[in-house]
Amino acid sequence: MIPALGLAVGILIGVLVKPDVPVWLLPYLPIAVVAALDAVFGGIRAALDGIFDDKVFVVSFLSNVVVAALIVFLGDQLGVGAQLSTGVVVVLGVRIFSNVASIRRHLFKA
Amino acid sequence: MSERPEARPGPSAWRRLYVIARPRLTRGTLFVTVLAVLLGFALATQLRANRGQPLEGLREDELVRVLDDVTQNGQRLNGELRDLERTRDSLQGNETDLAAALAAAKDRADSLSILAGTIPATGPGVRIVITDPEHKIGASLLLDTIQELRDAGAEAIQIGSARVVTATYFTDADGTVRVGTQPLTSPYTILAIGEPATMASAMDIPGGVVESVHRLGGEATVASLDTVDITGIVTAKAPVFARPDTGTPSATK
Repeated sequence: MIPALGLAVGILIGVLVKPDVPVWLLPYLPIAVVAALDAVFGGIRAALDGIFDDKVFVVSFLSNVVVAALIVFLGDQLGVGAQLSTGVVVVLGVRIFSNVASIRRHLFKA
Repeated sequence: MSERPEARPGPSAWRRLYVIARPRLTRGTLFVTVLAVLLGFALATQLRANRGQPLEGLREDELVRVLDDVTQNGQRLNGELRDLERTRDSLQGNETDLAAALAAAKDRADSLSILAGTIPATGPGVRIVITDPEHKIGASLLLDTIQELRDAGAEAIQIGSARVVTATYFTDADGTVRVGTQPLTSPYTILAIGEPATMASAMDIPGGVVESVHRLGGEATVASLDTVDITGIVTAKAPVFARPDTGTPSATK
């Protein structure tokens, strides 16, 4: 409950503050957001599985974000940033879908 | 998609969700909440940045592609622009030619109309007034006067209120002079547009109009004027027999 409120508060702050994204962060922010969403859905699923752990969630959240950004950064250095970020988004998207499917089966038995 | 069986059966899933969602205050929740706030902030920021300037988030190669597209578009549009400018220039050229031709044609029509006597004319010239107290002046003297004026370069002539053109004729009938069908009465007023000095001296030469009129007991006065208004006009008649000769040999059949 409190984390959900936190999410809403974060969105509200972002809308109200209207921060400018630093240029160096521009390519990585969308990937980081998708990675974080993956971690969130993974956390919900783990909670429904009864194996949720705060520490695991925090570590997976941070590592997801950092690894996704690193991969894209590496891709940019190698000259395949666009393709690699597409790949990362696809992988994370598949994971989000499978997590959501698992959550759906828990809640709706379908 | 994993297809592994449910860990626990049925209704307890919602119950577990409720338990999870229950507000608790632990160190873990705190961390998770901080991360959630960050995620929300990043999400809103990214959405806004993406909506604001779509080019800002693009990579170098994507920007190069966009630039190429824009450059190609620009070249295509430039070509189109040049074509249209050429078309516009040629149309404007046509228009100028047309206007010039129209002006020339109008000038020609004006001079021909003055010669044919179908429009009023104005300009420098002379006014000749001939008095004939003894009624001795006839058509031939007036015709001589007109001829003299033409020789002196008169461009438009009016006698009384009748315009003198190529078809004008003078007759003596019942002691009065007629120009065409119109009777003239003394004093006769003749207006002529042309070089005033030339025409005036043409009237004054020995044996000329002034002297002839004087011999017949009349008086001819010639006045040089800066502006002579010739208002009499004739209606042009379309020729019945004459046709423009375009120079084709078929005319002599």
